[in-house]
Amino acid sequence: MHGLVNKAFQSFVRDTFGVAAWISIARHAELGFEGFESLTHYDPTLTGRVVDAMVVVLNRPRETLFEDMGNYLICHPNCQALRRLLRFGGAGFVDFLFSLDELPERARLALADLDLPQMVLTQMGDDHFVVRVQGALPGCAYVLVGLLRALADDYGTLAVIEHHGDGQGGEVVGVRVLEQGFAEGRHFDLATAGALS
Amino acid sequence: MTGERCDVLALEMDALECLMPMYMALDAVGRIISLGSTLQKILPKSVRQGAFFFDLFTVRRPGRVHSMAQLCPGKGQKVAVALSERGHASFRGAVVPLAGGGVLLNLSFGAGVLEAVRRYALTEADFAPTDLAMEMLYLVEVKSVLTEDLRQKNARLEGEKTQAKAEAQTDPLTGLYNRRALDQALDQFIATQTPFALMHLDLDFFKSVNDTLGHAAGDYVLREVAAALRREMRESDIVARVGGDEFVTVLPGLVAVAKLRAVAQRIIGQILRPMVYEGRPCTVSASIGMTVSNHYTSPKAAEMLADADMALYAAKRAGRGRARMFQSLIPKPA
Repeated sequence: MHGLVNKAFQSFVRDTFGVAAWISIARHAELGFEGFESLTHYDPTLTGRVVDAMVVVLNRPRETLFEDMGNYLICHPNCQALRRLLRFGGAGFVDFLFSLDELPERARLALADLDLPQMVLTQMGDDHFVVRVQGALPGCAYVLVGLLRALADDYGTLAVIEHHGDGQGGEVVGVRVLEQGFAEGRHFDLATAGALS
Repeated sequence: MTGERCDVLALEMDALECLMPMYMALDAVGRIISLGSTLQKILPKSVRQGAFFFDLFTVRRPGRVHSMAQLCPGKGQKVAVALSERGHASFRGAVVPLAGGGVLLNLSFGAGVLEAVRRYALTEADFAPTDLAMEMLYLVEVKSVLTEDLRQKNARLEGEKTQAKAEAQTDPLTGLYNRRALDQALDQFIATQTPFALMHLDLDFFKSVNDTLGHAAGDYVLREVAAALRREMRESDIVARVGGDEFVTVLPGLVAVAKLRAVAQRIIGQILRPMVYEGRPCTVSASIGMTVSNHYTSPKAAEMLADADMALYAAKRAGRGRARMFQSLIPKPA
């Protein structure tokens, strides 16, 4: 698995539960080192071991951890670079939803070896969407649930986002957009790059 | 189709605006008659419409274009233009003829897109849907993040390397150089043909301090000796601990025998000064064997170390607390 993905788990744990929690997870997962490097490739089984260790050490269900991580990726001050990159996907929340299909491709523009979960968006009704997610880590769609909820807030959109279990073509996430422009979203300026992370 | 007019393509202004928010239409005399919304954002209000194109813009490509006839000589072509005022923002694009003698320019920022977004506070809506500007900005942003990540990693590795190097050359107990660092220094002085003296120092009675007062007292004595050596040596000298109670110093540029003897005597004097560890006196002295590189036609580290060692042995045999030059051991030719 790509170092960036592993490092995301590491940063989430460190920034949310503290350094000691991370060290204990790294030991429990028998990593043999304490920190992932962003641009290094790791054995895919390592990521699974880290997630299993998180569940045990933090004593929380996998789904909850994944959702919290999705939220962390958008909301935490240390992840502002990522939030900005995602917001390049669209001017509004619905625009952003339509950019999900392209997200793995966009990521590969920058990092040819980064394999993000495949996402396919289907519009079911005016304000109703379904995203099918296929990734290497079981339950990874819960990360998307947390991430979309946080992004909806970020855009100032009122939306109901839920995991609907496994379906054909992967895990299913349902999105109902109740009101765009429900609240004032967080400011996003294309040109503040450089003031990053 | 060349030269033919395609009437079904006659566009409403809104449609034109949607396709190319950076279009500019000029009439036959070069007056700006219509502008896309993004260009409207960029150009000062007072000059937007009715102003003459050539008053505002300089054409950079093709060269030597100063009139409408040159700008669009009957068919479309690539152009590069720059604002003469307002920070000289530059654009590239295409120009095509319009019915009635005017022209239509469709512009983009090219590689200057990042600067333009910053300067004019542009948003996604300011770009044509077909424009890859957003992807470009996205890539620039990713690149900055990754570059910063790599820079930090580099700094970290550099620090670790410096530390590892220092640790690999240091005797942890005394902070002096170790045998490896000594060998490197000797090799370097020999390679650069720097004349130098080598002193091999061994403590007398150290074993009895260790045996009667314990290892902690022994360690204390070694640290005191190291401190004494550092005091007596110059900044450029190499001071190394090479064994339990053995030290070697290298003194570049110092080969005068009388001076060396004086330095050796000062060191021995320093080490003879009483050392007290937890209220108990630790009495040691030091013997020193020396040799100088200019004695050898082609100095070799191993040979010089062996000779200094032999001089040290002679010093010990002559009674403790003495210094001997290797050269003085050799009988002078009759």
